[in-house]
Amino acid sequence: MRDDLLELLWEGLRQTLYMLVWSSVFAIILGLILGITLVVTEKGNVLEARFIHKIVSFIINGVRSLPFIILIVLLLPVARWVVGTSLGPTAAIVSLSIGAAPFLGRIVESALKEVVIGKIEAAKSFGASPFDIIFRVLIPEALPALVRSLTIAVIAITELTAVAGAIGAGGLGSLAIRFGYQRFREDIMIATVVVIILLVQTLQWTGDWIARSINKRRYKQE
Amino acid sequence: MIVIRDLSKAYKTANNTLTALNKLNLTIKRGDIFGIIGFSGAGKSTLVRCMNRLEEPDAGSILIGDTVITDLNDKELRLARRKIGMIFQQFNLLDGKTVFHNVAFPLKVAGYGKAAIKRRVREVLEMVQLSDKEDAYPSQLSGGQKQRVGIARALANEPDVLLCDEATSALDPQTTYSILELLQEINKKLGLTVVLITHELDVLQHICNHVAVIEKGTIVETGTVDKFFLAPESDTARRFVNIVEHYRQKRYVVEGAGSGI
Repeated sequence: MRDDLLELLWEGLRQTLYMLVWSSVFAIILGLILGITLVVTEKGNVLEARFIHKIVSFIINGVRSLPFIILIVLLLPVARWVVGTSLGPTAAIVSLSIGAAPFLGRIVESALKEVVIGKIEAAKSFGASPFDIIFRVLIPEALPALVRSLTIAVIAITELTAVAGAIGAGGLGSLAIRFGYQRFREDIMIATVVVIILLVQTLQWTGDWIARSINKRRYKQE
Repeated sequence: MIVIRDLSKAYKTANNTLTALNKLNLTIKRGDIFGIIGFSGAGKSTLVRCMNRLEEPDAGSILIGDTVITDLNDKELRLARRKIGMIFQQFNLLDGKTVFHNVAFPLKVAGYGKAAIKRRVREVLEMVQLSDKEDAYPSQLSGGQKQRVGIARALANEPDVLLCDEATSALDPQTTYSILELLQEINKKLGLTVVLITHELDVLQHICNHVAVIEKGTIVETGTVDKFFLAPESDTARRFVNIVEHYRQKRYVVEGAGSGI
C-alpha cells in the first residue's frame, strides 16, 4: 500500500457518488415518466392511447438494445450540448441518465402493473380523475415494489458509472482501469473492488430497509 | 329511479364476439333494494358495471335520477359517479392507506376541506360500526370489516344509488348476513337505492324487495321477491329455486347427522 491510495480512492468514490446520485435522480424521473406513460396509455387503462404506448415502447426497446458503451459515444454530442463538455463526470451524467431511463421505465412499468385493476376501478367508481388514480392509487399502492425496483436500477447505474469511467468519466471504474490495470497497481485494484462491493451492499441494504419498513407499517399484525 | 333501455354490450375477441348484454330493459324504483340474479356468464356483472360506465355499453341508454349516464362526457361522468357508490366482491381497498384515508379518498377527490372530510369520515365509519378501526390498515381487518370500509367509502359522498357487485360472495354466511343487514339499515336510514347483483338466493331472500332474473344478457323475469320464490315464471328462476331447495334438503340432512347445528 502506498500513501496515494487513500487519496485516489477518496477522489474516485467522490466522483462515482456524484455521478451515481445525479444520474439516479434524473434516470428515476425519466423512468417514472416513461413507466407511468406505458401503464396508463395501455389498452383499457385510465388514459388509453395505444399509439403513444407503442411509440414509447418502441423507443425504450430501441435504446435498450444498444450496448451502453456505444450509447455513451452516441450521446457525447448531447452531453456537449447540455453541459458544454463531453468529458468528465458531469458529461457522463447525461449519458447515464438517458441510458438508464428506458430500463427504469420498464421496471417502473412492471411494478405499477402489480396494482390490481380492481383498485383502479374502485377509484374510478367514485369519480377519481386519471391524475388522482396515478398519484393516489398507482404510485402509493406500488410503492414497496417501486422501491425494490429502483434499488435494482440504482445498482445497475453504479455498474454503468464504472463503464463510463473506462472512457474518461472518472470515478472508481476509471481508477481501477487506469491504475489497477494499466499501471499494475494491485493495491488500487483490490481497494476499488472492495469499495464498490461495499457501495452496492449499502445501496441494496438501504433499499430493502425502506421497502420493508413500508410493508411493516401496512401489514403489521395486531 | 333507474331506467335502462335497450342496453347492449359485446366483447370482441380475436375470432368471435361474445354478447354480454342484448337489448336489455330494466326499471328500478327509487329507494328500492333491487336484486339482479343470474348464473355466471349471464351478464349481471356487466350490467351493473355499465350503470356507472366502468364498462362502456355499445348501445342503449341508462338514466339514473335525472341524469342520462350514457350521454355524459368524461368530466360529467366523474361528477355523476360521486352520486353512485359501488362496492365490490374483492373490496378493492387501498392497502397503503388506513381505514380513515380509504374512506377519505372519495372526499378528497371531490375537493372537500380537511375538517369536512374528518367529520364525514367519522360519520360514515360510525354508520358501519368501525369507529375504532380508523387507524388500522386493510390487512389488519377481517373480510367483513373490509367490506364495511368499502361501504363507508361508497357512502362518503352521500350517493343516491349504491351498486353492489357480488359484494358478499367472498364472505362467509355469518358475515354475509351482517353485511346485508347493514345494507338494509342504510337503505332505510338514507333512502338510497340499492342495486345488488348476486348468484346467491339467500341474498335476495334476506334483503331485496324486487328482483330481476338475467339470462343471456336480457332480463327474463322481474317482480317481487315473493313472486320469484313462490311463482317463478322463467326457466332460469325455476332452476334457481329448485337448486336451492334441493341443496337445502341435502344440507339439512348432512348437518342434522353431523354436528347438530
